[in-house]
Amino acid sequence: MAPPSQLCTFHVDTLFLGISVVQVQEVLREQETTPVPLAADSISGLMNLRGQIVTAIDLRTILGLPPRPEGNRAMNVVIRTADGAVSLMVDDIGDVIEAAEDTFEPPPDTLTGGARNLVLGVHKLPDALLHVLDVDRVLTLETVPAACAT
Amino acid sequence: MQDVDEIVQEFLVESVEGLDQMDRDLVALERRPADVELLSRIFRCIHSIKGASGFLGFSRLGDVAHAGESLLSELRDGRLVLTPAITSALLQLVDAIRLILDHVRDTGKDGTEEWGALISLFQTLQTGKEGNGKGNGNGHHSAESPASVPTPEEFGAVAAAPETADPEPAGIPPGSSAPPDAPVVARERRSDPVARSNIRVDVGLLDRLMNLVGELVLARNQVVRHTSLKADAGLTATAQRLNLITTELQEGVMKTRMQPIGNVWSKFPRVVRDLAVQCHKQARIEMDGRETELDKTIIEAITDPLTHVVRNSMDHGLEGPEERVAAGKPAEGRLLLRAYHEGGQVNIEVSDDGRGIDPERIKAKAVQKGIITAEVAARLGEREVFDLVFAPGFSTAAEVTAVSGRGVGMDVVRTNIERIGGTVDLQSVMGQGTTLRMKIPLTLAIIPALTVSSRGIRYAIPQVNLLELVRVDPAGAGPGVELVHDAPVFRLRGDLLPLVDLAQALGGPRRHWTAGGSRDAISIVVLHADGRPFGLIVDDITDTEEIVVKPLSKLLKNATLFAGATIMGDGCVALILDVPSLAHKAAVLATGQGARREVEEEDTQDQTRRAATRLLIFHLGDHHRMAVPLSEISRLEEFPADAVEWAGHERVVQYRGAIMPLIQLADVLGHEATSPVAGPLPVVVYARQGKPVGIVVGKILDIIEETLPPEVADSTLPMQSVVLQGRVTDLLDLEAVIASHEVVQPDPEYSTPALAEAGV
Repeated sequence: MAPPSQLCTFHVDTLFLGISVVQVQEVLREQETTPVPLAADSISGLMNLRGQIVTAIDLRTILGLPPRPEGNRAMNVVIRTADGAVSLMVDDIGDVIEAAEDTFEPPPDTLTGGARNLVLGVHKLPDALLHVLDVDRVLTLETVPAACAT
Repeated sequence: MQDVDEIVQEFLVESVEGLDQMDRDLVALERRPADVELLSRIFRCIHSIKGASGFLGFSRLGDVAHAGESLLSELRDGRLVLTPAITSALLQLVDAIRLILDHVRDTGKDGTEEWGALISLFQTLQTGKEGNGKGNGNGHHSAESPASVPTPEEFGAVAAAPETADPEPAGIPPGSSAPPDAPVVARERRSDPVARSNIRVDVGLLDRLMNLVGELVLARNQVVRHTSLKADAGLTATAQRLNLITTELQEGVMKTRMQPIGNVWSKFPRVVRDLAVQCHKQARIEMDGRETELDKTIIEAITDPLTHVVRNSMDHGLEGPEERVAAGKPAEGRLLLRAYHEGGQVNIEVSDDGRGIDPERIKAKAVQKGIITAEVAARLGEREVFDLVFAPGFSTAAEVTAVSGRGVGMDVVRTNIERIGGTVDLQSVMGQGTTLRMKIPLTLAIIPALTVSSRGIRYAIPQVNLLELVRVDPAGAGPGVELVHDAPVFRLRGDLLPLVDLAQALGGPRRHWTAGGSRDAISIVVLHADGRPFGLIVDDITDTEEIVVKPLSKLLKNATLFAGATIMGDGCVALILDVPSLAHKAAVLATGQGARREVEEEDTQDQTRRAATRLLIFHLGDHHRMAVPLSEISRLEEFPADAVEWAGHERVVQYRGAIMPLIQLADVLGHEATSPVAGPLPVVVYARQGKPVGIVVGKILDIIEETLPPEVADSTLPMQSVVLQGRVTDLLDLEAVIASHEVVQPDPEYSTPALAEAGV
């Protein structure tokens, strides 16, 4: 799969992540969510997006990162999926970055943990490494929360 | 005669649509001659016109259509290749049929024109078997169909023929692959008034409209909620209007999706007849209430279960003629389908006057199949026994017949009906017959729901599952919540109601109960699933609201306790509880406790039950106990004192989008008014000639079940004293009370202080 060239970037904990802008529907400030009891841990709840009910996934949980500190407000990156809109909850939004194909590299073998399955690779930007998130895996991994708890 | 007209009308509408489609298809076919699907559709259209015209006696139309059909079948079977000449001829055919249909519409007859030229043109084309100007595929196809003897004719001659019949498409040059535009001109010349009073609408569009109306209902709920917080008369009036229009729009759109149940039933006479022949039985089918309307999606959902039930009745229910005669019944069995509205739901009954179901046989079967143990079977009441019929893996058919017993059991029927929020139950009397009753909601998209909260999260409970609300008050009498071993129960009118703690069912910590009975204040929502009641303990009961059910994302497919989600009036999302799943999870439906409980009930109360009346007990004044039969009351509501407004001399409140008059019961009865209470007015809503009337009472105490002495039950006095729960209580006849209120309109000067006392 050719790595996407225009990436919507965001921060989750210390990670600098990006997904193709084509997948992104919109970016929102933290919304009020209704928790879903008994659902997977990574489901942070349901939110009302202009009359549509959107499921929100917390990327911190998915990526096996510590919970968001109290008082830090999350941002929602709403993405389009075959099953309607889904919101990825992130810490902060970055710029839309034009990433050249030759800066892309697959993840190193030493990468383990929840991130291993979820990262397509990294773009070597001058000042940082941009992790390209595999959205499809995020959407499926959700149902196996044990896999990202390592 | 009316019927015939309707059939003709329907035929006209359908045919005109078919012809319009055919115009487009023919043009498309010319571009893609190999498209089998297009060709089949054209063929079907002509075929159905031919069939219907034969049935309706339009022989000329039939002849014309037949000529076209024959040609098309040659094309379809590959014996003929589509040429522009054939296309033109087919388009002429369309025009000719249109002319005939117009004639039928105007005169009821298919005209006197013979259309000989057109028919002979078709015969010529059909036997022509020419190649077109380019000659493609000619040899190939001749080899395939040696049987048809070609009478070769020059293409030019064929192409000339249309001119004699109809001048329009004649100008097409042979071999031209461009679609002719002549028929378009022809179409513009004639509009089709046939279809004017009816239009067909894509179901997808109706679904989208329904969704939009759902959104509008939500937006309306939000607007109404916000307006109620602001004191702006203009805004309030506008919101009120929005409210009414939305309700009307919702009803209108819902109506477009409504279909009479007769649409499903119409196939049953045939089913019954065929089955009767197959099973060597005699049966007739009767239908009552076939005009009862249901939402399209529901009609679709109940078609299969209904068919299954009808087949079951025919196969197992009705006896053969000899057996029936021997039992003193007419040889011909009767199958009755009934549908009627009741309490916002539709009841559908399928009853037969057959042999009935032997409860002992069901028990024996269930034990044999290992569904229940013999001990459990011995304790089962009649209703539980019939419930076993719906258990998975149960089939009473002694042998598997061609008709039923093929693995699609009654459990599937129940599952399908419950999936759409309905319920099924079975009643049977040995030797007299069996009745299966389904209760189905009118629509799935927008439902009334009760909102409750647990651990700070709100949930919606569909009202179809709701029986009643119980508040266990620390100051009240009775033992409160008790424990059967470690399972909490509540004594509701003498019966033990198993309790489920919503917080615990949703993964919260286990609630600790004191063994001797706990009198903590709790709210219990009494629900029913599979016909069994259970109490759901919630932290708070908020309100009722019309909600729009939205499906949950696939990401949440494991959250089976929820039937969907909705957006509440304040814009927040609330999950909708799936009551049957909740009951299953909490094991209420296991054949243990619940079943036993009902057995006791059947044994001890069955005799008195029939005569027992459920009564609402309330206080008027400080200690004056009054009772009203619960059956006369539609709802209990509370209104904040400042919701009371004036309309003329009457106090009114806004209630469910309408204005409801309030009657101060104390005034009407000449009692001293209830002591001033701060807080909401308890109101008993009484439906009088379909319109709600609110009766302001003192304090609502309890609902009890009591057998009234016959002289009291049959009395027509507006008020009489009886002893209930060991205390003297005045039993009211609400209708008489309201009637007397209408004669003596309250004097506003007198009523105002009473209102002030009520807590303004």
